[in-house]
Amino acid sequence: MAEMAVESDVMEAAGPYDRARALSAFKLGDITFYWITRACAISVLLILGGIIISLIVGAWPAIREYGAAFLWTQRWAPSADPPVLGALGPIYGTLVTSVIAMMIAIPVGLGIAVFLTEICPIWLRRPIGLAVELLAGIPSIIYGMWGFFVLGPFLANTFQPFMISVFDGIPVLGTIFAGPPSYLSLFNAALILAIMVLPFITAISVDVFKTVPPVLKEAAYGVGCTTWEVVRNVVIPYTRVGVIGGIMLALGRALGETMAVTFIIGNSFKIQSSIFAPGTTISAAIASEFAESDGLHQSGLILLGLLLFILTFFVLAAARLMLMRLEKKAGN
Amino acid sequence: MNFLRTIVAAGMVAASTSAFAADITGAGATFPFPIYSKWADAYKKETGNGLNYQSIGSGAGIKQIQAKTVTFGATDAPLKHETLEKDGLVQWPMVMGAIVPVVNLEGIKPGELVLSGEVLGDIYLGKIKKWDDAAIAKLNPKLKLPADAITVVRRSDGSGTTFNFTDYLSKSSADWKAKVGSGTAVEWPAGVGAKGNEGVAGNVGQTKNAIGYVEYAYAKQNKLTYAAMINKAGKTVQPTIAAFQAAASNADWAKAPGYYVILTDQPGEASWPITAATFILMHKDATDKAASQEAIKFFKWSFEKGAKMAEELDYIPMPESVVKLIEKTWSSEIKS
Repeated sequence: MAEMAVESDVMEAAGPYDRARALSAFKLGDITFYWITRACAISVLLILGGIIISLIVGAWPAIREYGAAFLWTQRWAPSADPPVLGALGPIYGTLVTSVIAMMIAIPVGLGIAVFLTEICPIWLRRPIGLAVELLAGIPSIIYGMWGFFVLGPFLANTFQPFMISVFDGIPVLGTIFAGPPSYLSLFNAALILAIMVLPFITAISVDVFKTVPPVLKEAAYGVGCTTWEVVRNVVIPYTRVGVIGGIMLALGRALGETMAVTFIIGNSFKIQSSIFAPGTTISAAIASEFAESDGLHQSGLILLGLLLFILTFFVLAAARLMLMRLEKKAGN
Repeated sequence: MNFLRTIVAAGMVAASTSAFAADITGAGATFPFPIYSKWADAYKKETGNGLNYQSIGSGAGIKQIQAKTVTFGATDAPLKHETLEKDGLVQWPMVMGAIVPVVNLEGIKPGELVLSGEVLGDIYLGKIKKWDDAAIAKLNPKLKLPADAITVVRRSDGSGTTFNFTDYLSKSSADWKAKVGSGTAVEWPAGVGAKGNEGVAGNVGQTKNAIGYVEYAYAKQNKLTYAAMINKAGKTVQPTIAAFQAAASNADWAKAPGYYVILTDQPGEASWPITAATFILMHKDATDKAASQEAIKFFKWSFEKGAKMAEELDYIPMPESVVKLIEKTWSSEIKS
């Protein structure tokens, strides 16, 4: 049918019917389209390669000076002569804040998504959905200021003293939740991060939960499954790949978030056992010090950036691997 | 800040289209940005000549003038004489500011608490941990200080303010000099880092029992409780314009090549100990001589007519004697 229509069109335009010419015109369009999209796709690789190369070039003096020890030494003294730089503090802070943020955001985000798609009365769906989208739309600097003026004081005056007194004297937990309470700490930054990445997890989970064929769910309900069982055994397994994708997107944001974290983490390069103590992350360290840095100090900051790049790469690669293994298992 | 910068930049663009005269460009320190842009505004109204200053940080300002992309660079940390010679640069102080310790202590009014450089150093080293420490009590026999832990607040971003503050601590505390030293970003032994003067001011304002250091203007505008200091002569001084200017007058500018004087811990009974000048950098033999001359005209005008405007914004104008020296430097060193 479609071909007929096209033919008649071409006939009208070109007068005498010439099938070969019409086809070659289509082919030319096809080839152009193919190359344009291909060039777009390849440009991503070029841009990424350019970023990596410029990072390595910028970081080279620091790599030569500090070598691999950069990864596990903690002293950060840019004003020493020559500067002594070690990245362990920022690496530790990046990982700890991201892990805590994900520990909070994954259950809450999935909870919201399940509630929205499975349980929520229709009239409440739009307000909650809109609220989640608004959370994603708030600029990070606003989160930073809110954390600094509202969340920080609340945590320092109410939440932290409570946690400190609850865990006081218990081994390990007692050191993790140790005082004094602080407006600016790793934990406060992690909490802000959790709120910031929540919409990523929720929005993507809601979208993939909606793709579950109603037949499957209805069948499960039909054999007497509870809502929990349907979510647990039908919805989650069916949408696993999408949900993990959302979580990874959120983790990527948590690892790299800069402005809000810089505001509220306390920017201390020293690693302390308490999560209520100030710390720093890789991106916060770069944002804070880059403008006034030069020489080895600046090169060290670029090397930090390269590390963040590599760290994110490994996290995403690990996520891919995990997905592949999950799919294999599901296939069996 | 960015917002401000955008507005100013937009204004500059609008201005540059109307008047096509040799526009002067400058870049560098963020600390003098408000006064440079105020001067530029007034200068433009009077002469029709525009000036475009971008506050990108002292370090970046130095790089820009070395790369000759701007007419002048601005820095809070002066360059050493050797560096100036090597790059063919002239340097002079343009305007001054002062750094004051600020605290958040219940029942204590501005200027009541007295601190010395040594005690301040020990607090920032984390050696003095509580407000009722014997060393603080000894300086403040009449004050009732709480037995609470001190929350130490400092800058997280590299800054000229930090450079001058740590320079002062290095001069007044041997321990600080050995363990930390001075710089725009140092290895802080204690405390939390907040971004910018406004970050430190906000943090100290909100946190009970906190101590921080900010530019005088920020302490004043945020109505923070500042501390009095014991200066090099052993006298207790309050942070006032007179005390800041005393520090500048007592400094030995004439004998310092390239005006390399860091105004901290200057002699004199009335001198405030943590005063700082912010500097201008220009090429002796600039590629664009017309712009270079325009810039000098602007700076001359600022020295002559800008003092009052500076004081309105809580900056401290350079003393007359220093201005005379600087004008001599211009005529002898900058080629036209």
